[in-house]
Amino acid sequence: MKNSKRTSRRNLLLMGAAAMGGGLLSGRKVVAAETPGGLGTPLGPYGDRSPYEKAVRFTRQSKTPETGFSFTPLADSVGTLTPSSLHYERHHAGIPNIDPAQHRLVIHGMVDRPLSLSVADIRRLPSVTRIMVLECGGNSGAEWAATTGPDVQRSFGLASCSEWTGVSLALLLKEVGVRPEASWLIAEGADACRMERSVPLAKAMDDALIAWGQNGEALRPAQGYPLRLLLPGWEGNTNVKWLHSLKLTNQPYMARDETSKYSDLMPDGKARIFTYRMEAKSVITFPSGGQTLPGPGLFELTGLAWSGSGRIERVEITADGGKTWVNAQLHEPRLPIAFTRFRLPWRFDGRETLIASRATDETGYIQPTREALIAVRGTNSGYHFNGMKFWKVHEDGTVTNVEV
Amino acid sequence: MWRYSAILTILIVALASTIPLSAQSPTFGVGRPATPDEIRDLRAAIAPDGTGLPEGSGTVAAGREVFAMQCARCHGPRAQGDVGPALVGGQGTLATARPLKTVGSFWPYATTLWDYINRAMPFDKLGLLKPSEVYAVAAYVLYLNGIIRDVDVMDSKTLPKIRMPNRDGFVSDPRPDVGDKARKPN
Repeated sequence: MKNSKRTSRRNLLLMGAAAMGGGLLSGRKVVAAETPGGLGTPLGPYGDRSPYEKAVRFTRQSKTPETGFSFTPLADSVGTLTPSSLHYERHHAGIPNIDPAQHRLVIHGMVDRPLSLSVADIRRLPSVTRIMVLECGGNSGAEWAATTGPDVQRSFGLASCSEWTGVSLALLLKEVGVRPEASWLIAEGADACRMERSVPLAKAMDDALIAWGQNGEALRPAQGYPLRLLLPGWEGNTNVKWLHSLKLTNQPYMARDETSKYSDLMPDGKARIFTYRMEAKSVITFPSGGQTLPGPGLFELTGLAWSGSGRIERVEITADGGKTWVNAQLHEPRLPIAFTRFRLPWRFDGRETLIASRATDETGYIQPTREALIAVRGTNSGYHFNGMKFWKVHEDGTVTNVEV
Repeated sequence: MWRYSAILTILIVALASTIPLSAQSPTFGVGRPATPDEIRDLRAAIAPDGTGLPEGSGTVAAGREVFAMQCARCHGPRAQGDVGPALVGGQGTLATARPLKTVGSFWPYATTLWDYINRAMPFDKLGLLKPSEVYAVAAYVLYLNGIIRDVDVMDSKTLPKIRMPNRDGFVSDPRPDVGDKARKPN
């Protein structure tokens, strides 16, 4: 009954389309019109999205595409979770093809019982599931020099939010028996360049996970399949993918990716090192750079906020270039270190204006302006840009980035 | 009845033997002991004090040859940078508007250079270089930066002793450093 109703409505719509433009139908293959009551495609083993959905990650052309990054299309995101297939990527030597039956995690160094664990061993242990944002330490890095990121994706898209499942690293460390002299872990991946980072033992004992699950299934290869380290609130690079070695030591190893890279150069020529935490940040995703409003009228302005220090407490919006600010509505649940969606009804009156958001997290930290960041850190620090992003809405409804 | 007392005895023995050791004993007993071979196969990460550096040695002259063969293609014949980043120059630029961060101007430890060449270079031929060749390339890059002399030989003893020009150029993370929550100096 219901089905026949749907079919007839579809036919009606098609008839309307045919009436509007007869040539349209003859040029395209429309199954329902050719075969009245025709069937759709059958069941399938692993689903695809609709062919009409086009949001994709953005990647810059490169002579070395095995090292680089791809940006999540945040302006197209719905709710707070990022589909695994659109999660941002940052690889240093390509994505390895790892057979989980052959993969092992070895925990060694300053431990009583060096241990070799299979993926099955790790999945046997009590698991933890949490929704958590991951953000590259270099996200929005180009905004230090100039606010030229033309859209949300290319200026803020090295951040994504997933539901992660894994085992508490503290539990695993209890299995190996950490020796009292140990104070750091050296985490290493099984990718071609064996990317490594030094992690303070205190973080490992606090809330670190060895994750094997993402958004209801195994990790994607691009996200570290079969095992990755997760350090809630810390820059993406420390969340070592394809994890195969954890070495307990009494010192950081000063790896290339924590000295030469992922350190923040200050105006006095000194560089901050081990700048792990990602501070509170937000961005308006609608209306945002590259979009066009159809004309004056009432819109729902929306965006995403997150903080590596905990929950988002407040997001304020300005629609007059920063003169006045109003609180946006925050969608529940507001989870710590996770995307929080905010919304605000907003009337576009057809006049040019500047809009922006600023987030406050549960520690009371307020997302700063770009000027305030630069006043302290200069423009060469490269990493950890969390300044407000202003969009200019033009009279014709187009939205662009703006130099502020 | 004897069953209960037997179980009780087992429980008491088990508790007596595990409770005092609970901080030291595994709870789940998963996995198997990592073998020395397995740990060796991971190939050591290198600490700033030289822990993990293998045997072997390399001269500047040998490094010049390996560099020309394997590195110059991306980093330029004099390591000035091309597809790959510059490895030389930049000393004195870190506090300027255009800082050039290179091995010579920025990297705080020479051990990092050995470790990174060993694990991540050449980019498209990872694992190609033998330990002595890695020492040699490290020696050549350090020489190009004026950090060692052309007669110096790099090995597990000499490399960690090098004091890089920017060794004291790093500070700890002071954040939050912007806004009301910024930490004020005491």
